[in-house]
Amino acid sequence: MSILTLDSVCKRFGSTEIIRDVSLAIEPGEKHAIIGPNGAGKSTLFHLISGRYNVSSGAIDFKGEAIQNLPPYEIARRGLARSFQVTNIFHRMSVFENIRCALLWSEGYRYSFWRLLGKQTALNARAHDMLEQIGLADKADLPSGELAYAQQRALELGIAVASGAELIMLDEPVAGMSNSEAENAVALIRRITEGKTLIMVEHDMNIVFDIADRISVLVYGEIIATDKPEHIRSNTRVQEAYLGEVPNDA
Amino acid sequence: MNEVFIFATLNGLVTGLLLFMLASGLTLIFSMMGVLNFAHASFYMLGAYIAYTVSGYIGFWGGLLIAPLLVGALGAGVERYGLRRVHSYGHVAELIFTFGLAFLIEELVQFFWGRDTKNYQTPELLDFALFTLFGQEFSAYRGFMIAISLGIFAALYVVLTRSRVGIIIQASISHPHTVANLGHNVPFIFMCVFGAGTALAGVAGVIAGPVLTTFPGMAVVLGSIVYIIVVIGGLGSLPGAFIASLLVGLLQSYAIAADAGMPELLEWLGVSFERSHPLNDLWTLKLPQIAPVLPYLLLILVLIFKPTGLMGNREE
Amino acid sequence: MKKHLLLWAAYALVLVLLPSLFSSVLGISILNQMTIWILFALSYNMMLGQGGMLSFGHAVYFGLGGFMSVHALNLIADEVLVFSITLIPLVGGVFGLLAALFIGSFSTRKAGTVFAMISLGIGELIVASSLIFVDFFGGEAGVSGDRTYGPAFFGIEFLQDSEVYYLGAFWLFVATLLMYLFTQTPAGRMANAVRDNPERAEFIGYSTRRVRFITFCAAGMFAGVAGGLFAINYEFITEENLNALTSGRVLLMAYIGGLGFFIGPIIGAVILTLMNSLLSNYSEMWMLYLGILFLLTVMFLPKGFAGFIMMHRAAWNNGKMGSLVLPYCLTALPAGLFLTAFIGMVELSHADELLHFLSMDLANDSAFSWFVLAMLAAIGAGGVKLARPRLAAAWEHANAAAQEAKS
Ligand SMILES: Nc1ncnc2c1ncn2[C@@H]1O[C@H](COP(=O)(O)OP(=O)(O)O)[C@@H](O)[C@H]1O
Ligand SMILES: [Mg+2]
Repeated sequence: MSILTLDSVCKRFGSTEIIRDVSLAIEPGEKHAIIGPNGAGKSTLFHLISGRYNVSSGAIDFKGEAIQNLPPYEIARRGLARSFQVTNIFHRMSVFENIRCALLWSEGYRYSFWRLLGKQTALNARAHDMLEQIGLADKADLPSGELAYAQQRALELGIAVASGAELIMLDEPVAGMSNSEAENAVALIRRITEGKTLIMVEHDMNIVFDIADRISVLVYGEIIATDKPEHIRSNTRVQEAYLGEVPNDA
Repeated sequence: MNEVFIFATLNGLVTGLLLFMLASGLTLIFSMMGVLNFAHASFYMLGAYIAYTVSGYIGFWGGLLIAPLLVGALGAGVERYGLRRVHSYGHVAELIFTFGLAFLIEELVQFFWGRDTKNYQTPELLDFALFTLFGQEFSAYRGFMIAISLGIFAALYVVLTRSRVGIIIQASISHPHTVANLGHNVPFIFMCVFGAGTALAGVAGVIAGPVLTTFPGMAVVLGSIVYIIVVIGGLGSLPGAFIASLLVGLLQSYAIAADAGMPELLEWLGVSFERSHPLNDLWTLKLPQIAPVLPYLLLILVLIFKPTGLMGNREE
Repeated sequence: MKKHLLLWAAYALVLVLLPSLFSSVLGISILNQMTIWILFALSYNMMLGQGGMLSFGHAVYFGLGGFMSVHALNLIADEVLVFSITLIPLVGGVFGLLAALFIGSFSTRKAGTVFAMISLGIGELIVASSLIFVDFFGGEAGVSGDRTYGPAFFGIEFLQDSEVYYLGAFWLFVATLLMYLFTQTPAGRMANAVRDNPERAEFIGYSTRRVRFITFCAAGMFAGVAGGLFAINYEFITEENLNALTSGRVLLMAYIGGLGFFIGPIIGAVILTLMNSLLSNYSEMWMLYLGILFLLTVMFLPKGFAGFIMMHRAAWNNGKMGSLVLPYCLTALPAGLFLTAFIGMVELSHADELLHFLSMDLANDSAFSWFVLAMLAAIGAGGVKLARPRLAAAWEHANAAAQEAKS
């Protein structure tokens, strides 16, 4: 059974239809990439799935439960975590606190105001471990707003994957990183999503073809193809609509 | 009954239009700069005081001309040398800055003009009854207040919809960021809008001073109601501010005029009550008593059921 | 951990020793005011500094807590209730909490301007109702009580202000500790997260409304405790204690002290209480000075006094503080001169008789008096202008050194 299914999802802003009748099924453990030109609606699709926007029509099921139009926190609690294309961190809090906060709900701390964080050894160890993995261990106590751009991107990724959600959605996780930084990030993504489901928006075709089991191509709010990477590469509609543009786009 | 109703309506209209004169400036400033100017009513008070002083030399009409200009210049100065600096610290700091400014202006007014009420009078020219209805007079000055408010709105409307400047301002209301990208000198526009908005508040002060009395508390009296109006109407919406101003003006005016309350209600319901009950105050409540509370109740209700206000659509 | 314990011990010690240092009647009275305002300002900081909710109506919880406490005092006096008045702050806390539970249930949906306006509206609503419900609020005159009834607390009957001080200091210490510990819990930390970035907080599983609500209730409760202390100290309370003036004052304290820092509001409350008690005796103009101080703080020290102190961390870590002392003094001296002359001019303008100032006799109508003050001000301003480049250079130097040491 699919872990996530979209059924005829539409999204309109005013009279413009940004997402048109998108249907998609993601299998458990699958690594799925969504590609498409800028403005195609990839981020909007992520927002619909993760609860930032309400759908105009259509249904979204996660683990057999309808999640469309639920508030983001309800969806996150069901085991869906995401990162943002535009860095979206807790800028006045330290790097360590950013990661620890991302862990709180999944570790069962809820809204407790009777437990001191300093005493939660297991939690703190997990947060430190995550910092090691994203390469920010030496910046743990710095306010996250003072990090360099690439480091903030790493933190963005860290917040998304820290909770160990079953389904992880990453919106252009390596955009703006240097080659070596991107390599590290990809390795991290691979490691962290081992055995989990991943949906990723990415422009770098090498990374996409490297990671993805399947690829969906989104153009003007419509999915024009969903298939294995090698088939996407040879799909003529995709080449016409999208791959031909890659050099200009990147 | 009829006469009470008509006069309550007229008075509500006068108040409502006066409120809108403040609310429109506040809305313009908010739309462009994202700041709810807490000191807006203080500029209204400055308008009244400056006009009072000026009219001592050259009469009411001179004051009506000069005071708003001075207030507008002051407002522009505050924007240029104060607010602009604080802008970079974020919205909370801006809100707190204007809050502190309101506090300071009240102190400054007491410093320059003292704590007592000023004998600021309506001009002799308008010292007659415009018409008499059911034996009650409606003063020409109130008619003048309605006329000048409407005149200003007409002018504002024309400027906003017909002139180049107006179109830029309108664009900034709906798309604040795009305007900067189009290469307009946004800081300068900000300064002018702030100046114009405060000048409008100044006009309101000049014409309200003689009827609502000119004293150091006049900003506080009107201030919180005006902030509430722009929120009820929907932050950043001029039509919303207009509707909310009239709504609040009329609501208060009717409540004051109404000679009814809990006793009548309870009687009507057939409930008799004990005078010495601990909630005695509640059972004997009259509508005129709760008139000052109505705008706040309205605000809370609106914000609970439609957080963006009556006509607002901008989420924060 | 050790370091923390030491700090808390020092805090307790200072609270215990203060009355011995300032044992005059005025001294004790000011200390009593400080305990109230520090506690109130800390609770305000919980709301704005920790939780990001700008409230213009925080006095509601303080005032309601205070009113209920005075009524409780009266019930104790009438022997309807039998408990020691040392527990009155709990009464205040409970009712502050109840009010916050109710109001927070609908007002914490949003932060920002909407929240600020709701808080303003509720504040005005309660003030207006206080004039309607005269039985409960006592109208303009307020309600008064007497703290000397009820069972004595180990023989103490709170006839003396100094006894009241220790009671207040005890509750202040407990409340400060609890508020600090709250910042170290999951709910407290998420309050910071929601303040920084409400959107992202929702994507890591937290309802921002719920997080705000918890902070809001905690802040309301501690404000109520402060109201209880107020009731014990003054033995009366009026509508003024829940109106916008009081709300504005606590905002001022927290902001001037520094919102981002736990000790900020303590500094702010101390400064403003001192100004209030001392300056108001000397000058009718003190509110004007306060307004100017506030605006200058917002403009030039956005993080308040605590933030200003913290700015020196880098220099301190590198032992460069010494190099800043002289430039600071060289700037502060003329600045002080300017300030003095400015205050002289303000006072002189409203002096009915001769103004004795800086051992000069100044007269309102004497051009010479004005000239002297203007000259002093000009010299001060000029001095600041001369000293500033040097200060800037020294600052640069101290911080540059800090950066070197880091990398
Ligand atoms: N809140 C919104 N209101 C109106 N239009 C929007 C909104 N969000 C996105 N859009 C529009 O939807 C389109 C798709 O945007 P987006 O999903 O960010 O594209 P992508 O991520 O594929 O580059 C764009 O044309 C954008 O202008
Ligand atoms: Mg995108």
